[in-house]
Amino acid sequence: MSTVKLTYREAVRAAMRHALATDERVFLMGEDVGGYGGAFAVSLGLLDEFGPERVRNAPLSESGFVGAGIGAALGGMRPIVEVMTINFSLLALDQVVNNAATMRYMSGGQLSVPIIVRMATGGGRQMAAQHEHSLEVWYAHIPGIKALAPATVADARGMLIAALEEPDPVFIFEHALLYPMADEIDEEPQAVDIAHAAVRREGSDVTLVTYGGSLGKCLAAAATLEEEHGLAAEVVDLRTLRPLDTETILASLAKTHRMVIVDEGWKTGGLAGEISAQVMEQGFDLLDWPVQRVCGVEVPMPYAKHLEEAALPSAERVVAAVTEMAF
Amino acid sequence: MSPPAGKPAASKRPPRQPALEREHSLHLLREMLRIRRFEERAAEQYSLTRIRGFLHLYIGEEAVGVGVMQALTPDDAIVATYREHGQALARGLPAASLMSEMFGKATGCSRGRGGSMHFFDISRRFYGGNAIVGGGLPIAVGLALADRLQGRRRVTACFFGDGAVAEGEFHESLNLAALWQLPVLFLCENNEYAMGTSIRDELAQPDIHLRAESYGMPAEEVDGMDVVAVETAARRAAEAVRAEPGPRFLELHTYRFRAHSMADPDLYRGKDEVEHWKEERDPIALFEARLRKAKLLTDDDLASMEADIAVELDQAIAAAEAAPIEPLEDLTKDVYTLVAG
Repeated sequence: MSTVKLTYREAVRAAMRHALATDERVFLMGEDVGGYGGAFAVSLGLLDEFGPERVRNAPLSESGFVGAGIGAALGGMRPIVEVMTINFSLLALDQVVNNAATMRYMSGGQLSVPIIVRMATGGGRQMAAQHEHSLEVWYAHIPGIKALAPATVADARGMLIAALEEPDPVFIFEHALLYPMADEIDEEPQAVDIAHAAVRREGSDVTLVTYGGSLGKCLAAAATLEEEHGLAAEVVDLRTLRPLDTETILASLAKTHRMVIVDEGWKTGGLAGEISAQVMEQGFDLLDWPVQRVCGVEVPMPYAKHLEEAALPSAERVVAAVTEMAF
Repeated sequence: MSPPAGKPAASKRPPRQPALEREHSLHLLREMLRIRRFEERAAEQYSLTRIRGFLHLYIGEEAVGVGVMQALTPDDAIVATYREHGQALARGLPAASLMSEMFGKATGCSRGRGGSMHFFDISRRFYGGNAIVGGGLPIAVGLALADRLQGRRRVTACFFGDGAVAEGEFHESLNLAALWQLPVLFLCENNEYAMGTSIRDELAQPDIHLRAESYGMPAEEVDGMDVVAVETAARRAAEAVRAEPGPRFLELHTYRFRAHSMADPDLYRGKDEVEHWKEERDPIALFEARLRKAKLLTDDDLASMEADIAVELDQAIAAAEAAPIEPLEDLTKDVYTLVAG
């Protein structure tokens, strides 16, 4: 099996190129996806390959073009809509919540809305309080849509291809710090499973549950825990935030009996709280220690580097959350 | 500043009024009457608590839905608002499926999931029943974009009210449709009130068609109480959209005779004003008088029309009453298309 070295950015682009080349219903639409190549250069070059009808620059009208994507999906197309950042996606929330997520149910099952909406999420680039929050949980809250958060290069490509096979709206959250990350992956673009979480590192002492941009921090924390504390941490990458793969989470907990959930989103009302509640409901007897959460500090994202770093989860905070437990 | 390119001379020209033809005229009258009687029966069923939730009646605005629908083919798509009973009936959705929907029954056009505000019938390309003001416009743009990308010559007819004009989605959608020259027929049902607020208190520029023109989109004002004028303008606009894809805009001046919804005590407009519209501008009375004057309508025609409609609506209500409800096991069905496991 031959492999190819791609960055996360190139992997997303490869998936879109594959989709555009193999399915004439697919088109890309979003702000600056054409000549500019996308705010994060994800679609760079696709305009030249596929032309302006299928790589469609949209004006700064998030509600308008996300809604148009929904309408195009109803009309038989497979739109891939790019919204620059998750903060900007809030301008389209009406279309997401009131149309994309509801039209199938509200029409008594007559409609499907096979739209993909991709966006950058997450902090760490000093973009301050209107560009880099982690609001994935807002989307994961909504019945009727699926929410994916690829954390690896292979998933960046494979989950998008898998999303194109879904008949319902799929939202893909790409942590902006991951775009330059490179990895060797299969040369052949193909769909990956999007129904299950993945165990990225095996361990028996504690489970670190995370996704997206926090996976690297958790793997780093696991290495430190092993080297400096002799603790074997298991790292579960959720991959899909809705629907949650609670089974994999509980299976890991059954091995380790301790859990830390790591999530850039704010703690109050966040995904870590939801996972914690599900663990309590379904795995209470498995717990030897209260579930711990390492989340974004509850502030609008600050600009100054030292403040921003302090506002985000870090490997150190994850290590501390584990070492405070009694073993 | 010169007017935008593509602005038709037609926008200042009064719509041509074709000679009335008996069979078609009676069809128009019957359709308007059907809607009015349907709405009266819906209000009655609401009072009997068989219909709940919000109920927004179309009484007074019948000429708009009926007139526009004459210009559309079965291939064209319709996106409507929460006040969509008239469009649905005129599009051919069976009265029984609509009544059943409002009764919350499994035989309803949306299986009882939508209610009065969310009628859907994809076999008739009727894409709802959207109850977010302005929320349907981007969807219509997208349906038209899909047609354009797939090389289909169809029209997407998008109904919305004057209230939607204040929404950002109105402007985003008009801009997108004009920018990409998409085959959308925008239909603004200007009934002068955004729920309880007069457009004069809502819009800095209440001449709504001017807003459309500012996007370079041919736009026209139409007397929405004159079914023939509506049909004529809608045919012309739909034909233009079909001939050379690109949006067209009609501002249809109309008035709702009933309150915004059954929950509305209607305190914000004078009784005189409402009475004036009912007395002077009732689209059904106006058209009926016109047909009588042209000797195209007899008392017998009208009586038989009323009788047929009464039978249809009696049957629709009986069917709705008798229909089964969806089993509770199906509560979570159709949240997703595919069900895991």
